[in-house]
Amino acid sequence: MYVAVKGGEAAITAAHELLARERRGDPSLPEISADQIREQLALAVNRVMCEGSLYDGDLAAQAIKQARGDLIEAIFLLRAYRATLPRLGYAAPVDTGAMRLRRRISATYKDLPGGQLLGPTFDYTHRLLDPSPPAAAPAAQRRPAAPAGEPVPQVTQLLDREGLIEANAGADGDGVGDLTRTPLAFPAGRDLRLQALARADEGFLLGLAYSTQRGYGRTHPFAAEIRMGEVEVEFVPEELGFAVPLGQITLTECEMVNQFQGSATQPPQFTRGYGLAFGHAERKAMAMALLDRALRSEELGQERTAPAQDPEFVLAHCDNVQATGFVEHLKLPHYVDFQAELALLRQLRAEWLAARGGDRQAAPASASDGAAQ
Amino acid sequence: MTGGISYNFAYLDEQSKRSIRRAILKAVAIPGYQVPFPSREMPMPYGWGTGGVQVTASILGPHDVLKVIDQGADDTTNAVSIRQFFARTAGVRTTTDTGAASIIQTRHRLPEAPLAEGQIVVYQVPIPEPLRFLEPRESETRQMHALEDYGLMHVKLYEDIARHGHIATAYAYPVMVEDRYLMDPSPTPKFDNPKMHMSPALQLFGAGREQRIYALPPYTRVVSLDFDDHPFARTRFEKPCALCGARDSYLDEVIIDDAGGRMFVCSDTDYCEGRRAQAAAAGGAP
Repeated sequence: MYVAVKGGEAAITAAHELLARERRGDPSLPEISADQIREQLALAVNRVMCEGSLYDGDLAAQAIKQARGDLIEAIFLLRAYRATLPRLGYAAPVDTGAMRLRRRISATYKDLPGGQLLGPTFDYTHRLLDPSPPAAAPAAQRRPAAPAGEPVPQVTQLLDREGLIEANAGADGDGVGDLTRTPLAFPAGRDLRLQALARADEGFLLGLAYSTQRGYGRTHPFAAEIRMGEVEVEFVPEELGFAVPLGQITLTECEMVNQFQGSATQPPQFTRGYGLAFGHAERKAMAMALLDRALRSEELGQERTAPAQDPEFVLAHCDNVQATGFVEHLKLPHYVDFQAELALLRQLRAEWLAARGGDRQAAPASASDGAAQ
Repeated sequence: MTGGISYNFAYLDEQSKRSIRRAILKAVAIPGYQVPFPSREMPMPYGWGTGGVQVTASILGPHDVLKVIDQGADDTTNAVSIRQFFARTAGVRTTTDTGAASIIQTRHRLPEAPLAEGQIVVYQVPIPEPLRFLEPRESETRQMHALEDYGLMHVKLYEDIARHGHIATAYAYPVMVEDRYLMDPSPTPKFDNPKMHMSPALQLFGAGREQRIYALPPYTRVVSLDFDDHPFARTRFEKPCALCGARDSYLDEVIIDDAGGRMFVCSDTDYCEGRRAQAAAAGGAP
């Protein structure tokens, strides 16, 4: 005899206990600390801060530990926490031109004012699995970072002086939008598109950006500049009326220069694609810049033919917290909908069989089906 | 850091709750219209009831009594999880008794017991847009609602009839609200559609991921779409519930052995248990 399944509550408690045990792993090995994660898995921490939209390395590291290294789960933890934080105000726009550079490369000029600075990068390492990666040299032997203070102009500013690249549109009178406070509506302005891309899943952006390089919405990109380093964040309290420094954050900025044919009203000019990410996140910043440009197709008078050029498609599906929730919700019970579909399918089958009256005997499923009806 | 984190009553901060209540008020004022609202990340995944949870969080008061069901049942894991969430973050009383609840959060079902004035039903909605699978673009579907241009849906239903002889939609069956807005009743089986019509309870629908809230104020006309020669027909079960004998309830099919044996039982566990208790009290076995 069937007895209604009880004990969802007990099952949940038991599952959480099991999860805690699995999270700890082999208890004979030392437990990893959030500090270790923050310092030694810094790129994972950066990704979680960036897609979690919260610049806090300690919390991101704690989230990664709690999520057993599942970065989307960690991003989700950070987002849920962020949603409860009160909004005090908006920081002044950061000046990436005044960035204290740790890395700065241009693929368009061999040498340029401010120079190329390779910085800490996987580029040009040989990807040989090494059980003991080379230890860091003592700090004293390291070359000092680029001298601070001297602002290094962005490459696009050099092009701008000659009028070779479109002018950067200034912010409109309404200031910048915030999709975490106002639901996204279409068409979405570039400010909101960039915000969505900055929070978007790195893998999704990467795949779409890649598709533009393979002919699905080509943009003819050049990496004019990628820079990474520290910028000052400032806030202007209304009652003071002047900027107060809040601290430093690490950013990665990518400016792509893309071809543009020109039009009846505009001389031929390069166009821009822009990417900006928390921490050291070059792949993210570059993919974002490619997509920013692809999503501007319509405003630049280009025909929209590829997924990467379609703002509704990209923006509605780029958020991994939303995507993972809805994909994984399929494991929730759907008994009643399935029952409704089942009844409908049985009805359709019965009607199908009845319409072919004479063939009834030949239909193999008819016997059991008839019983079910 | 974690030690210092504390959360507000019913999790969300008061400002967020206020902004959600504004959306709810607008939704109540325009029955069936989807109101955009600034959905927050909740501590449970999108697609698992975040819209319903945000609606419940923003209308919940300390004296409310909350019932949470999923698939009609109080004891499914997600219903348990959401009920525990509010018990913990708001300290409200919870119940499985439909009649005793002031707020009923639900996924995919309406309770069998009739609802009363003063009760609020909160539906968890995955895709609020009834036209979404006919037209994927939000910019298009919003315009269609504005123009009351629902021809596409009628064509879809007509094509069903042309192909199958009847409308082949068993759940999330579209309804017209007050002769104006086409509305998705959320993926409830069409069996529940007639219960939404002229219900004395306030019905609120929350879609977190899609950032939409819509509502049916008490005594709203809710009509399932159909044609004069193909009227809407409620799903009917041929057998009664195998446990309580109810003939008027929606039944789940339960596979009971490897040989394909099955039985049909009420999906509304509270209704089923209530009927069995009544029968036991009356001295007869169900």
